[in-house]
Amino acid sequence: MRPLDALAKVCGDVRPGDPADGVLGVEPAVVAAPRNVAEAADVMRVAAENGLAVVPRGAETRLDWGAPPERCDLLVDTHRLDGLIEHAAGDLVATVQAGLPMERFGEMLAGRGQRLALDVPLPGSTVGGTIAAGVAGPLRSLYGTPRNLVIGLTIVRADGQIARSGGKVVKNVAGYDLGRLFCGSFGTLGLIVEATFRLHPVPSSTVHVARSVNGPQDAHDTVQRILHSAVAPSAVEYISPGTVAVLLEGVPDGVAARARKTAELLGEGAEITDTAPDGWGQYPDGTTLLDVTAPPPALRDLLTILGPDTAATWSGSGHGHVALPADTSPGEVAEIVTRLRNTLSGHRGGAVVRYAPQKVRDEIDLWGPVPALTLMRRVKDQFDPRHRLSPGRFTGGI
Amino acid sequence: MDARLAALADRLRGLLGAEQVITDPVRLRTYECDGLTSHRSTPAIVVLPDTAEQVAAIVRECAAAGVPYVARGSGTGLSGGALPHADGVLVVTSRMRRILEIDIPGQRAVVEPGVINLDVTRAVRPYGYYFAPDPSSQQICSVGGNVAENSGGAHCLKYGFTAHHVLACEIVTPDGELVELTADGPGYDLLGVFVGAEGTLGITTKITVRLTRVPETVQTLLAAFDSIEAGGGAVSAIIAAGVVPAAIEMMDALSIEAAEAAVRCEYPPGAGAVLIVELDGPEPEVAAQFAEVERLCRDAGAFEIRVAADDAERALIWKGRKSAFAAVGRISPAYIVQDGVIPRTALPRVLARIDALSAESGVRVANVFHAGDGNLHPLVLFDDAVPGAEQRAEEVSGAILDLCIEHGGSITGEHGVGVDKSRYMPRMFTDADLDTMQMVRCGFDPAGLCNPGKVFPTPRLCGEVPGVRRGAHPFEGKADLF
Repeated sequence: MRPLDALAKVCGDVRPGDPADGVLGVEPAVVAAPRNVAEAADVMRVAAENGLAVVPRGAETRLDWGAPPERCDLLVDTHRLDGLIEHAAGDLVATVQAGLPMERFGEMLAGRGQRLALDVPLPGSTVGGTIAAGVAGPLRSLYGTPRNLVIGLTIVRADGQIARSGGKVVKNVAGYDLGRLFCGSFGTLGLIVEATFRLHPVPSSTVHVARSVNGPQDAHDTVQRILHSAVAPSAVEYISPGTVAVLLEGVPDGVAARARKTAELLGEGAEITDTAPDGWGQYPDGTTLLDVTAPPPALRDLLTILGPDTAATWSGSGHGHVALPADTSPGEVAEIVTRLRNTLSGHRGGAVVRYAPQKVRDEIDLWGPVPALTLMRRVKDQFDPRHRLSPGRFTGGI
Repeated sequence: MDARLAALADRLRGLLGAEQVITDPVRLRTYECDGLTSHRSTPAIVVLPDTAEQVAAIVRECAAAGVPYVARGSGTGLSGGALPHADGVLVVTSRMRRILEIDIPGQRAVVEPGVINLDVTRAVRPYGYYFAPDPSSQQICSVGGNVAENSGGAHCLKYGFTAHHVLACEIVTPDGELVELTADGPGYDLLGVFVGAEGTLGITTKITVRLTRVPETVQTLLAAFDSIEAGGGAVSAIIAAGVVPAAIEMMDALSIEAAEAAVRCEYPPGAGAVLIVELDGPEPEVAAQFAEVERLCRDAGAFEIRVAADDAERALIWKGRKSAFAAVGRISPAYIVQDGVIPRTALPRVLARIDALSAESGVRVANVFHAGDGNLHPLVLFDDAVPGAEQRAEEVSGAILDLCIEHGGSITGEHGVGVDKSRYMPRMFTDADLDTMQMVRCGFDPAGLCNPGKVFPTPRLCGEVPGVRRGAHPFEGKADLF
């Protein structure tokens, strides 16, 4: 039996792939969209029986991140897996399916005065994709990344087995935390089908306080004043070409008093606004996007290397994004990436290229040095011994 | 000691010097258990390395000899995670107590695994910082142990667990290699799964911890209620109001009685339950929310509310709670400390069931809990001089865990699985779940020498290709596990 026919027996939405389904140009032979976890497990089992290479797809917002798959026989589309399983508002916990768009999830929670404390930089992105890419925005300063907020995860393994870890309670140390392992694993360990999150109350009051800074030293010093103060920001951001912005959340009286103090710390010219400054929570604009790990003391060096004209955002949690425009030559990109890696390694940081034009990809190593690569390969071999899950998409050819 | 272990001990002496390798049976006895004293096993060899390189060399020797090894920090764990292997090596990190770096601009510190949790805070407090995870044992427990157990504490309701405060770990892999795992580097988040793996994936030799800014102000109140139900109602109301306190702790009448007998904490007489609520953060924020918490407690039926005016009064409020475990020794010859978790909203139902269990069995249960996150610490009391009493207490203790699972909770919130609860793991997870977790272990430690026999009820055969059988397996028929 052809794989397509075998898949059609277990899943109601199976069709041949077409060029529009391509993952960085690699066209899948078949696209399957399971409608529940059991169907997803059947699809994965049939894929295993037929030796198919599988790439999961959410809303395609980050499908161009990482390397192209070495092959893609089956694209598993999660858009029909979009249910809210449970919102236990009194417990500040919710369980959802992987294909649910983040914004729709946010609307469901907002009705009960709650939220998942993760920004959504790319409209339409799904819960599963957010976990698989391990992404977060400015709120990461206070709330962390998906690894801090996923408390339970259900995956389908390469062999079609359904496996759960964690649970529905925030405090839980029973067994290995596979939720954290799957955050940022880019579809190479298994298919994420359901996740349980810790939620937070929506703050009753929110303001931004921002000031223009004058060069790398001023940016560094301004960020340091905020970090070591008692204003308890929810986010501290640098946004090119030269703004330091602070998000404060809480009760109205508290936020008002903290905003005044924050404005004093930022210095002359600081503005308090109800809305976020331009560029807040968005990836900088360009055809090449870099993720940089740069702890607060590295901000000065980071901005010095980039110069005033490079689009960049950076969070006080020590993580930033750099975008390079289309007219940057592959050689120039390679030089910037090398300089960033050399300098940031001195701060225990690094730089990873998320996406780039093909001609740039040909010139650079997307990932940079990966200290624990041997262990990563061994974990991959356990979860996916035949290397069928998003093969070649990840660091070290995983 | 058999010849193989004797030869290993000789090689280890060559590596570390004779003083740092213990094989004398009397001295070995010191290490026979951790904080869970009901499980004991004297190790064959104890080593006391000074450096990460020595730990790596020890692991390489153990791997070459096929001898299991277990890491131990301060030995305060409550699930037997550091229980030694009788034919193995115990790697004790108590000589690795250097704070290597304090980086205030970067809000982080680098410490060795034997450093005491509270010593990190002491070292950075002058700069206005602290290390947030605060297990009750923080005066003696080690940061390496916190990493292994993913330790929490009373304040993890707001600040999270050790996993959220560790940025990187240098580890010795079961191959004997020194490798750094980071939370934010390229590749898999191996750090995320290493923290909380109870020492089964390798030995931590260096930890980069996140430092947290000391809050501008702290406000603490103690509210007394007629019943646990009324106290539970106050907890729900506080959470529903959108307040995230630093801590919400509750004690029932029996644990209050014990604390009173032990430390004279002078909680309001006649209370069926007391609630401790602590808020911290910027002053105006705390002031507004604290007033609301007071009102919510009163609305829920608090008959007395005490607000700590200063640090001394705050310490007094916490004194009863912090002494509760030990205090139970005043009202019972022996007791079991249980650690289970339930969804916070299930609190009244589960406590009623625990009451019923206690009444049916005649076994007294004192309840102390981190009410904000549904983490129960029932203390199951018994008289070890009465034949059969311990077994009845064990049964009640196990039944409480079943209640936690039945209500969608967990068998452990912070003490870990260790040897104590591995048998309960199949009640919470399927064979496939456990098998999948063990794939990580097989990736790290295919030989199964690193802290074997912990966490999982049955080890996975690492050579096995998942889901694909090659001929008949010798243990065929026993599900996916052997």
